Amino acid sequence: MDDVRAENEVTPDTAEEGVMPRILFCNCTYAKVVPPEVKREVLAALNASGLAFDAVPDLCDMAARNDPALARLSAAPQLRIAACFPRAVRWLFHGAKQPLPESGVEILNMREESAEAVSKALLSPCAGCGEQS
Amino acid sequence: MRVQASKTEGINLRVVLYEGEGSVALANETRAAAMGALLDEGFEVSRPLAGGTVSPQDESPLLVIGQFEGDTPPAADAAADAGAIEYRDIAGLAPEAIVALAHTVRESVGARSLKEWKPWFPVIDYDRCTNCMQCLSFCLFDVYSVDSDSKITVQNESNCKTDCPACSRVCPEVAILFPKYKKGPINGDVVRPEDIQREAMKVDVSSLLGGDIYASLRSRSKDARKRFSTERDESKALLERKRCLKKLQKDLDIPEEVLMTLPSAGDIEERATRAREKLKRRQERSRSAQDAKRPAPTQDDWGI
Repeated sequence: MDDVRAENEVTPDTAEEGVMPRILFCNCTYAKVVPPEVKREVLAALNASGLAFDAVPDLCDMAARNDPALARLSAAPQLRIAACFPRAVRWLFHGAKQPLPESGVEILNMREESAEAVSKALLSPCAGCGEQS
Repeated sequence: MRVQASKTEGINLRVVLYEGEGSVALANETRAAAMGALLDEGFEVSRPLAGGTVSPQDESPLLVIGQFEGDTPPAADAAADAGAIEYRDIAGLAPEAIVALAHTVRESVGARSLKEWKPWFPVIDYDRCTNCMQCLSFCLFDVYSVDSDSKITVQNESNCKTDCPACSRVCPEVAILFPKYKKGPINGDVVRPEDIQREAMKVDVSSLLGGDIYASLRSRSKDARKRFSTERDESKALLERKRCLKKLQKDLDIPEEVLMTLPSAGDIEERATRAREKLKRRQERSRSAQDAKRPAPTQDDWGI
């Protein structure tokens, strides 16, 4: 479908790309490998930020199903993903036949980084979003 | 209502938290609590806001929730092939009530519903994989296959034994990840030279195929059975077997039930031979197909 403006329409939007990249948050719902306090704090920071974002229960679950939704979730010129190890996330998408673009994707690791560090990187303007993760 | 028979089938319900024109924004705490609870219950959630972007609509069913002003929520601009869209006003609802509402809609539209499962399956790092097929040969559950380009691929994710990282243990290049695994580099952490060395030391594939581990296990089993039959000392035999299994479990982190069903070294060799033959046949078919497509050589091609 054509992209529409979220401000005026109910359907989600992919309209004009601003200075912020699109944000995707993985809740890692079906395993306890991401510290719950990190997930909670990052999600709270996202909610309080006033930024648009997508959040999924579990990227592994989607990849296991080759979920076509992975294509729409990653189809953005600039994308930031808050999930786990970049190597795992990148090859998860690849394994689900929806490879991430070579550039324009930044993956933040909630398994290793603090909530503060992830939130700061997630919500900062687009300086590093063209770099490869 | 459609019952989900498989953990790897079905489409998630996507909940869109609408706070744009024609609605009243939620309190921060309510929004955060509702969003966290929705994710924990397996719902995808999007929060579109002016000046930012979320992913576009697709065939996934949508539930649009918000505190709508007036009786009618803002109209959606849905494409013909888009999934079903449901609207619910959540004014005055507590986070738990919002989640309950989402559950009701999920059932009514037949979206995927799971209580608990651990998506456990191997993910191949093709930057490291050398296509040696050891994982395919070793895996007991036919998780791996070979694709049309003769590359090793993960084909049957749902066949994988939860919490079993055995195939990643036999991979000489540390190219197999299990993102839900507890430790690196199998969990996707950066592979360091010492990791390669350590993995190699943990399980030497040749010794696995040669039967060191199996031989040890079988021999101990045999001894245990023998002792059991002669001495009738069941507890001692079981203890011995348990000790051996425990050591293997500790060294390799492989679940006991997997170790109990390990194939013999001969079975693994046979499986490897079958995989190689399959690959060879595929390559031959591919070559024949290419030959058929190739135009007949002309006089120029022959330099005449």
